[in-house]
Parts: sequence; structure tokens; C-alpha cells
Amino acid sequence: MPGAYLTCLQTDKFKTGLLSVNLLTRLSRETAAQNALIPSVLRRGTVKSPDMDALAARLDSLYGARLEPTVRKRGEIQCVGFWADFIDEAYLPDGQGLLEDMAALLGEVLLEPRTRGGLLLSRYVDSEKEKLLEDIRARINDKISYSRYRLTELMCPAEDYAVDVLGTEEEAEAIGYVALTRRYHELLSSSPMEIFYCGGADPARVERAVRDALAAMPRGELDRDLGTDIRMNTVEAQPRYFSDDMDVAQGKLAIGYRLGEAMEDPDMAALRVMNAVFGGSVSSKLFMNVREKLSLCYFASSALDLMKGVMAVISGIEVKDHDQALAEIDRQLQAVKDGDISDEEMAAARLGLVNDLLSAADSAGALESFWLEQNLLGLEYGPEELAALVEDVTREDVVRAAAGIACDAVYFLRGTGEDEDA
Amino acid sequence: MHKIDYAAIGETLYEGKLSNGLSVFVVPKPGYRKSFACFVTNYGGADRRFTLDGRQVDTPAGVAHYLEHKTFDTPEGNALMLLDAAGANANAFTSESMTAYHFSCTQGFDDDLRTLLNFVSVPYYTQQSVDKERGIIAQELRMYEDDPDNAVYMALMRLLFATNPLRDDVGGTVESIQDITPQVLYDCHKVFYHPSNMALCVVGDVDPEAVERTAAEMLTPDAAPLPGRDYGPEEGLDPVEKRAERRMEVSAPLFMAGLKLGPDRHGPQAHRQRLTAGLALKCLYGRSSPAYLDLYGRGLLNGTFGCSADYAAGEGFVVFGGESKDPEAAVDALLAAAEKVAADGFDRALFDRQKKASYGGSLRALGDFRNLGVSLAESCFAGYRTLDGFEIMRSITCEDASAWVREHIRPERTALSLVLPRQAQEE
Repeated sequence: MPGAYLTCLQTDKFKTGLLSVNLLTRLSRETAAQNALIPSVLRRGTVKSPDMDALAARLDSLYGARLEPTVRKRGEIQCVGFWADFIDEAYLPDGQGLLEDMAALLGEVLLEPRTRGGLLLSRYVDSEKEKLLEDIRARINDKISYSRYRLTELMCPAEDYAVDVLGTEEEAEAIGYVALTRRYHELLSSSPMEIFYCGGADPARVERAVRDALAAMPRGELDRDLGTDIRMNTVEAQPRYFSDDMDVAQGKLAIGYRLGEAMEDPDMAALRVMNAVFGGSVSSKLFMNVREKLSLCYFASSALDLMKGVMAVISGIEVKDHDQALAEIDRQLQAVKDGDISDEEMAAARLGLVNDLLSAADSAGALESFWLEQNLLGLEYGPEELAALVEDVTREDVVRAAAGIACDAVYFLRGTGEDEDA
Repeated sequence: MHKIDYAAIGETLYEGKLSNGLSVFVVPKPGYRKSFACFVTNYGGADRRFTLDGRQVDTPAGVAHYLEHKTFDTPEGNALMLLDAAGANANAFTSESMTAYHFSCTQGFDDDLRTLLNFVSVPYYTQQSVDKERGIIAQELRMYEDDPDNAVYMALMRLLFATNPLRDDVGGTVESIQDITPQVLYDCHKVFYHPSNMALCVVGDVDPEAVERTAAEMLTPDAAPLPGRDYGPEEGLDPVEKRAERRMEVSAPLFMAGLKLGPDRHGPQAHRQRLTAGLALKCLYGRSSPAYLDLYGRGLLNGTFGCSADYAAGEGFVVFGGESKDPEAAVDALLAAAEKVAADGFDRALFDRQKKASYGGSLRALGDFRNLGVSLAESCFAGYRTLDGFEIMRSITCEDASAWVREHIRPERTALSLVLPRQAQEE
């Protein structure tokens, strides 16, 4: 099938198998909400199982197999589709062909939705649209992820990266079932596909099951230009500062950085170690100093997006500690750039990452997510090989990886609630 | 160690008890890179009043959690950093009924296990370090203050319970932690962190006998009497009050309803009771239950909905909730569904499907090392073996589940906690 890429990991380690199908499409303000809505609408019912009750009954009978919509943002690519997990046949008295059943059900949900006059059911579209709107509005409920979302939006005003994975409230509200049906057909025919399987079945059997399940997939001209625009430079010479006031007890400080020249020919292992040293672990400079030494916060951590070449730091602090926290975070980043990193810090960062990567090999979900990203980056090595690369990263590599990092924007969610400690 | 084979689910359990009273459990996982260990004490946020050397001790809310933070302190430095430096991923959590210290690693398991056993069993608190932690914990508590899920849950606990410490946050409050001193921490450690009151659970590609040997080597050989705890007078089945609401920065109303199940029991009979409760709730309010699907379709519930039966501080209770644009209508419909089941019983085909699905779900959960390790400890403290559940489940009938709903899900005993958006107030 054109533009369909299957990653197949055979192992009898797990008691459940995992199968996912992801349609890849450009993340854009115009279509993000539509794309995010499509799998949820499809999940409402198929020609054969016309409502959720019927689908639920089928899944329960397959020993509580799960089939869920997935909507992810990877750089400036939106990945939408379904993942399924189901008990491995070895543990079932009558489990023969569970993989084929689940692949077929996945194909059915993707390709044979319940329609009227060729259009997605307006009742299902309206109901799921309401839930999408609830989800979009609910971003504010978790103040940490809300701060991260606001930072991204404000930091990258002219980039698709600013678009949230669920799209905007305005775009979601404007969705009608006719236009959504059109978008659904576009998505099916133009999106490259990443298919992932991890479980006990051999690759030939998986390929056959997936081919059969997706045989009716209409394929047109594929969007082959998918990718992420990596900007090396900050938007302005000086970091831009933004804040919102909210009636909450704790302030949230979110700082966005561009990774700069390190993204020209990125050394993924060195960048990861750099992040672990700076703020990615409990031995990191942020944890040791902002939390342990100064007691300013419960959490202060950094995270990378290697597809986009950006890094974000988030910390929950008292409003009065804002300046001190900001200065300390800046000081710690400078220490990384200066190579002021002890052997112990280097060793802890490397070991921690190696442990994370090797542990990922023990989880089907973590493997799926890892390989989706590797495939999008065009990288072919697995977690074990990446772990070996991490082991060789030196202090000089870390300094090089950090050299071009520049702060682009600072966002502060300013708590205006009572903040007097007793 | 005693070996128990669970052939049907492809698992083996090794269990043992050391001379000091420590329960040791190992579930080998051949072929996995990662190993997980947790060292757990039967002591949580609700264990605030206890007996020490014959005298009654009252401690402020939040001590168990404060102790969790400070347990990582050792004369050689912070154990979290030591484990992190060794490449292990370590952490801890405190619930109402237990405190668990855990790590996972892909190399050097025995060394990490020694570090774990050592830092948890040897107390080391200084005035300076206890004072320093206060700011960090205060920020943690402030973070929870802004969490609407936490707010709606805590308000429900205060509706349900009159005096039980479940009314208070596990972490206490910024005020209640002000007076915590090193001495309070030493006292609580002495009472609750004795191996007799603890369990060590390991899941991974390890040698069970070696785990037991290491534990015996690292810990005192002597046993100690189990601590006496006091959760206050027995609570009746009726809530203290039936409704509470508050306003927060949220996008949509959040609700949580709950009921008390009465005193929590101990032993295999409790296990069966808990499994029955879980299965009955799955049939009644699970993701593929008629009640949930109906309300989902009508836009009164969304994917945030959840329900569970929980057991802590001598009490059992059921909670269910999520977001809803009309929480009252949703709760009314959910309770009406329970009344219908109470009258007619569950549909047999539905029950059979749910039971099958439940088997799949439990089997899936075995792949989550942390979840398995913690439930080994939890079931040990409750006097049963979690892995026996697969066999017990086979004997739970549709009638059992219906009877459970009839006895426990009673609209007149239900309390409702709400968190409403701020804007709505101004309209």
C-alpha cells in the first residue's frame, strides 16, 4: 500500500499485543480540530456495529480488548488514528485469531463508519464535537500543562507549532458534518501512515492481517512534504515576556528556548544528556538547586522536543519568588553551557537515560511512541542502540549541544489567590 | 521461599517471611530488562493516632508524607540522588494507608536494593534538613490546592466521614506541617518503619532467594509488636452531609459522588468482597455499561468519568465522578440505574461479557511492574494474595454482583461534591 509503513516487533514477553494505525498530516490551525475530531466520530459506530453499545459488546467479548482514538502532535505533524491492545493468544482458551479480529475491527472503524447518504452521522459529529470543545476548554484545569500550552502558543506566533493538538475552540465550533466528511476522505487518501505492532505474532502474519484490514483504503496523492520547520533563532533579540493572572494558589513559570545551532546536524544522544544534566532528572541542576538548595519549588524540570528543536522549563513557585527562580534557572543553564558539570552529574545523566531507554523496551506503549518518533525523524536505531550512543556522550558533547540554546520567551501564570503561608 | 504457580496466567509468586516479620514477595519476569522493587510500610496519612510505649500519641496531619520526603536523607547524602546516580529510577508515594519507596533499574539491581533497604530502615533527620523541606512540601501542597480533581475528592471525603482522618489531605496543610519536628519523625519511624509492619515486593528478572537473603542481611533480625492505630469512633453508613460545592478556575462542572461501604474487613473474604465490588461497579458504571454509554451519548458524561471502590483507614467507600455540564442530572441517572439493577438484577449477557473483559484487564495489569508490586503489598496488608484474584473471579456470579449493588449503592446514602466554574457565578 502506498505511503504505509509497518513497524513490527515480535516478542513473547508481553501478555498483550498492541496495534496502532496513525495517519500523518500537517498540523495547521485550519484542520487541527477537524483531524482531532475524526477518530472520535469514527469510534461511535460502524456499518456492522452501529453504536458504542455494539462496539463495546464486541470488545468485551474479545476479553476486554481496547480500541481507542489517538491524537498526537509530533513537531508540526499531527498523528491521528487508533491504537488497540488485546490479550496475547497464549493466555486465552479460545483466543485463536484475536490479532486478525482486532486488525479487522480497526480497519472497520477507520474505513466503514456509520453514515447516512454517504455522510458521517450528524448526531455523532455533534456529540463528539461537544466533547472536543469540553476537552479544549478543559486545558485550563491542569495549570501545569496549561502553562506549557500558553508558552508554546506565545513563543511561536508565526509557526504551526503554536497550534494545539486539539485545535482551537473557534475552529472546533465551526465544524459541520458535511465538511468533516470531506476532511475525513482527504485524510484517508492523502496521509502517509505509520502502523505499529508489538506482540507475539510473526511479522508475516501481522502484515497479512493489516493488509486485509486496510485493503479498502482509498489512496490518492500523498502529502509527501510533511515535516517540521526548525527555526534556529529566537523571534526577537531579547526574550519576550508574557503573563496571565489567575485566581490560583501557586504561580507557574514556563520558559521556552530554541536549541539553535545544535539542530543543524543534531546529535540526539548529546542533546538528551544535556537535558538530563540541566533539568531532566532528580540529579539535574534544576532539581538540585532550585528545589533542593533554595527550596523554591516542588518541581522544576526541563523537557526537549527534538523534532522542533525547542526546550521548555516548567516550575511551580510562589509569586514572590518569581525573580529569584528565573535568575537561578538562567544561572544553571549558563553552568551547563560553561561546562561546569561534575563527573558525577555526567554519569548520573547518562545512566538515568540508559535506564529509561532500556526500560522502554519493556513496554509496548513506550516502544510504540519511541518508534513513531524515530520514523518521523528518519532515524533507524532502536532504544538499545540509542542507549549505547548515550553512554559515549562526553562533557564536551554536552557543551556543544548547549552552546546555541537561547531563551525565546518566558510565560508566568501569576497566582492572585491568597498566598500567605501561615 | 514458598513458591506458588499461577500457570493459567503465566506467573509465579515467591513469598517468605523473615524472622523480623518482614513479608517478602517476588514475581520473576524472565526476559525483561527492567526490575522493580518497592519497600512499603503499612502506614499512611490516616495513621495519625497510635500507641507508643504504652502511651497514646497524636500527630499532626501530614506527618507520614513529611516523613516520606525526609526518609531519603542519609548521612551519605540524598538517597534519591544516590539511586539516580546509579541509573535507577526511584521515587516514593504516600497514600492514606501506606507509604511506598520504589525504584526500577536495568542494571545493578542488588546494589540498588541494598540502598533502598538501608535508607528506608535507618532514620536520619536533622533540624536543618527538616526545616529546609518545609518550603518544598508547602509548594507541593499548594500545587494540589489548585488541582480541581483533588478539591472535589477532598470535599467528598468531608461529606462522607464525620471523624475519620480520611477527611484530611494525606499531605496535611501548610499550617499543619509547621510544627513537625525531627522528634515526631523519629517517633513515627520507630513505630511504623519496623520490618514487622512492612513488605518488600520485587518484580523482574531476579533470583527470589537472593532478594530474601539481601533483605535478611540488611535489616534487623528482631521482630516487633505491630503498632496499635486509632481512626476514631466507627462511622455509620450515612454521610455527614449530602452536598458541597465550591468555585474554582475550571472549564466545566466537576462532580464526585460517594457512598460508604462500612468497616473494611481483613483476609480472603475481604478479597472476594473487593473483587465483587469491582466487577459490580464495572457492570454498573464501567466504560461499556449501559448507564455510562447512555449518558455519554446524551452528552452528560465524557471520557473523564471514572468510578472505584476504595479501602483505607478501616473504611470502604465508593466514589464516582467526572466532568458534566449537568452533574445533578448525571448523578440522578446513575443512581436510577443502580435502583433498576437492585430491582431486576444485571442482565446476564452483560455480566458475562464484563467478566470476560475484566479477566483481560487484570491480565493486562500484570505487565505494569509498579502496579503489580504495589498491589502485592496492599493485599499483604489486607491479609490476602492479589494473584489469587484470577481464581476467585471465576466463582463470582451475576447474582453476587446484583446483590452487591442492592446492598451498597443506595441513593439515600449518596453524597455529592461539586466544583463549579467561576464565570457561572457572574452570569
